[in-house]
Amino acid sequence: MFFPISNTHINPIYLVVVGFVIGIFGGFFGVGGSFIAGPALRLMGVDWNYAVGTDLAHIVGKSIVAAKQHRALGNVDLKLGFFMAFGTIAGAECGAQLIQALKRAGNVNTVVSYVAILVYSGIAAFMLWESRKTLRSGRGPSQSGLVKGAESKKDRSAFSPVTRNIQRLKIWPMITLPTSGIRISLWTILLVAFVGGVFSGFLGGGAGYIRMPSMVYVLGIPTHLAVGTDLFEIVISASYGTITHAIKGNVDVLIALVMHTGAVIGAQIGVVATQYFAGPKIRLAFVPLPLIGAAIVIYTLVTGHKL
Amino acid sequence: MKKQAAKSLRAFAIELAVYSVLVVIYFFLVLHLLGDWLYRLETHHRYVYAGVAILLIAGQAVVLDTVTTLLFRFLRGRSR
Repeated sequence: MFFPISNTHINPIYLVVVGFVIGIFGGFFGVGGSFIAGPALRLMGVDWNYAVGTDLAHIVGKSIVAAKQHRALGNVDLKLGFFMAFGTIAGAECGAQLIQALKRAGNVNTVVSYVAILVYSGIAAFMLWESRKTLRSGRGPSQSGLVKGAESKKDRSAFSPVTRNIQRLKIWPMITLPTSGIRISLWTILLVAFVGGVFSGFLGGGAGYIRMPSMVYVLGIPTHLAVGTDLFEIVISASYGTITHAIKGNVDVLIALVMHTGAVIGAQIGVVATQYFAGPKIRLAFVPLPLIGAAIVIYTLVTGHKL
Repeated sequence: MKKQAAKSLRAFAIELAVYSVLVVIYFFLVLHLLGDWLYRLETHHRYVYAGVAILLIAGQAVVLDTVTTLLFRFLRGRSR
């Protein structure tokens, strides 16, 4: 099938299968899946700028489906999602500016690659340690229960004592999130979203690999809610990214539409699968994802080929 | 329990088959018709193209989600 906007020939079945796989990851882990979609599009000869922009457009569609399904299961905190979207968009702009500054300095590829390897490996190692510790203890401290009348789903984490100390920081304005079952400073929420946004602008993609763990460990959101809320937040921030990239001529919406037909089914499977796993098990299963991202960056560094 | 899982799996397989047929029709009809128009829009009217792109992907998400949900409900209802 010929896609005139990006001037490429790609088998639509390939796109549907890629979309399907990313859909499962997205629905289950609450990530955009750019670490798969970008390289998968590059393999088919799509220019890098189109791969990035088109991936964002496809993420919007997939996240709408997955967030809608998660909302039906009570896994989306809309209030938190809206606040986080502001921080993410601001952070993404800063990350993009950082890239421009590094471009001018002439060492963008090296710096971004090393930062990416460090961050991805760090997240994977930390989540492996925490989820295994929680699963082994079998009765880690509960994350929820700080707010009266909370509707939150209970979750356990070995990192809970640190999370509670973060929640106790009384910096005005304090926000109550009944769905997540916490009361926390707005600045903490914005900071977490902003950092996620910086990584999104700096390393590309939706940065769900940073935001989902941050929501669990820093904000103290139960894992199921972090997955659903992250997807809802991605809808807003990825829509913004899609529009800016489309204006710059980096989006082939036809490719995104075809990929999305597979992602719809995949996302639904991923969402349903979350019902059968406890929070620590989802976090443990999440560990290989950032490692895949790190492996792709190492491959690029060693071989010089950009996937 | 096993019987229930087998029923769900069968309903899902049928849903996947019906959905695949719909998607193939969609490729040949909608994308074929939209392709040239979107290409011209992307070349000459970038701002309009950006708006149309986001509306198309969001619209498709809502429509396909509704179609798959209805299909699954219908098939699950029949398999009971």
